[in-house]
Amino acid sequence: MSRDRHPLLALPAALGRAVLDVLDAPMRAVQRLVGVPRIAWIFVGPNLAILGLFTFLPIVINFYFAFTGGVALYPSQRPFTGLENLETLFECESYLDPSTCRKDLFWRAIFNTGKFAVLQVGLMVAFALITALVLNRKILGRGFFRGVFFYPVLLSPVVVALIWKWVLQREGVLNALLAGAGASPVGWLSEAPTAFFWCVFVSIWAHMGFYTLILLAGLQAIPPDLYEAAEMDSASPWRRFSRITLPLLMPNLIVVLVLGLIRAVQIFDEVFVLTGGGPGSATTFIVQFIYQTGFAESIHQYGLAAAASLVLALSLLALTLVQLRLTKKGLAGGSGRDHG
Amino acid sequence: MARLVAFLSAQRGRARADWTDWVSYAYLLLGLLLMFGPVLWLVLSSFKSPAALNEFPPQLLPYGQKTVIVAGHEKPLPLFSATLPDGTTRELAEVRRIGIQATLVDPAAPEEEYKVNIRDRKPVRHFELATSNYTEIFGKFSFGTYLWNSVFITVIATLITLLFNAMAAFALSKYRFGGRDAVFVLIISTLMIPPTIILVPNFLVVSELGLLNSLWGVIWPAVATPTGVFLLRQYMLTIPDELLDAARMDHASEWRIFWRIVLPLSAPALAVLAIFSVMWRWNDFLWPLIVLSRSEKFTLQLALNAFQGELTTEWHYLLAMTVITLLPVTLVFAFLQRHITTGIASAGVK
Repeated sequence: MSRDRHPLLALPAALGRAVLDVLDAPMRAVQRLVGVPRIAWIFVGPNLAILGLFTFLPIVINFYFAFTGGVALYPSQRPFTGLENLETLFECESYLDPSTCRKDLFWRAIFNTGKFAVLQVGLMVAFALITALVLNRKILGRGFFRGVFFYPVLLSPVVVALIWKWVLQREGVLNALLAGAGASPVGWLSEAPTAFFWCVFVSIWAHMGFYTLILLAGLQAIPPDLYEAAEMDSASPWRRFSRITLPLLMPNLIVVLVLGLIRAVQIFDEVFVLTGGGPGSATTFIVQFIYQTGFAESIHQYGLAAAASLVLALSLLALTLVQLRLTKKGLAGGSGRDHG
Repeated sequence: MARLVAFLSAQRGRARADWTDWVSYAYLLLGLLLMFGPVLWLVLSSFKSPAALNEFPPQLLPYGQKTVIVAGHEKPLPLFSATLPDGTTRELAEVRRIGIQATLVDPAAPEEEYKVNIRDRKPVRHFELATSNYTEIFGKFSFGTYLWNSVFITVIATLITLLFNAMAAFALSKYRFGGRDAVFVLIISTLMIPPTIILVPNFLVVSELGLLNSLWGVIWPAVATPTGVFLLRQYMLTIPDELLDAARMDHASEWRIFWRIVLPLSAPALAVLAIFSVMWRWNDFLWPLIVLSRSEKFTLQLALNAFQGELTTEWHYLLAMTVITLLPVTLVFAFLQRHITTGIASAGVK
């Protein structure tokens, strides 16, 4: 180990040696005890334990919560109520009219989420495709522009919401531009239709770059000689697009569509900061309903929140199965987890 | 339609500067404006004084009113361009204002006072960054605490993530043990279980462990990322087993092999995961919102959310806080963009 080391690496290297020295003896003892292939369990153990404690165990407990009532958090203090929570959520005179439901907010949230997911994913994938096609052309500053569209993906949802809240507020720059053009200012976030529109817009703004990248990677994987052959046959640009680009890009498009839907159904952070779910319940989505019911309201209805989580989980499961079915690439195609 | 498609399906490597190129550049410039414009506007606004922020329509650049020190007055006086009753316009300093009448003096000759209707005077302004927005938030809102909480969670969670995920990836890529494939499928299957569907029971688990209102309550549930295990395992599969066997000949322990051979060789994949993890933890919102309810445990994201929800939002402070919050991610982006984009394109993770 006589390689020249960067001085900045000296400290981590020293720390690394220290950790090795401290842990080497006990790990050697363990190795003698369990033997070599089985020591793998020691290595995989911590990760597995964390997943068990914070993912698998909660899945089981969630079912228990969904079928118990009361306000206690500890499971043994919760009376078993069977299907009552689910019945409460689904008690409606007409499923098409949220105001006839006992939990009208739940149904409004479901309708809002469905509308949001369709609009947001449809528009976002369309714009991501156009952007990817443009970025795939021979243009100056390609890397720079790719970065431009990708930058908002890295921003936190709270920051994204505040950036747009500042632009959209009553005395904000958008209204100033409108006033300059002679129009009267608009309360963008205080009217239901415009608030919903801006939720869709802001969420497309924040996430489009990610999907553009996936589609761009797909476009670049299309062999150029296919286009050359099409050129020889003097195929029209539309035929080149519909017979070569679109079919070969289809796997990526499906991944992007389903992934977008899985994430759109879970929309919460940026909308919660941008509109707080309002005005009224115009931009309240399903995760916000779960959060409010379980944690934010003065009475914590854990059972109801868990039952709503089950409904959300089932819809996500359906989307995931569609993804697995359509892509066959399976789990490597991308994940519905946004943060890890 | 056909022309639109012609433009969109044109290929790289063909030199032809026709109108489709101009449409492309127009689209990209519009994108530039739309993607960077609001962020730039936020940054510019964060350097404006509260008075400038209240202006409508707003100025593009931060301007502050010029002040002068006038003999006989302790504080610097604001400078105005006043139109005097005789029709001349002069730059004068305002001494006091009563109702609609302002009393102004010439900074060079402060003895003589001019009385002017406030409609007849305009503030003299110059480009000025209101850096006090930034300096004051640290004293006023225990902003330092929020910053520290965010940094602590981000750094510690990333270190643990790297260690645990690398250990698991090492086991899954370099050993043949009973149940290996089952463990791999089990870990990867959690990719399909978004944290949003297990909020309530996870809250119970964290509360039973006594981790509510503790930064560790945010860190522990987040460290076992399936994305990280997958990324590192794929990378470690490319490390030749002969290297490990050679080390075993020299009686190196398995732990030493992991620590001295596999971990250093996986540095590129570890770097990608580290970048991702830093962004995930720095930007986390919903889970910290549920676990951390006491304000002294707030992360930056929670503090921003709390401030923006207050009845009288002090935008000049909020804007400065937002800029500080987006700064680390922007630096990561500026220097490591290529690593992030290739990482996403190859693994399909975010």
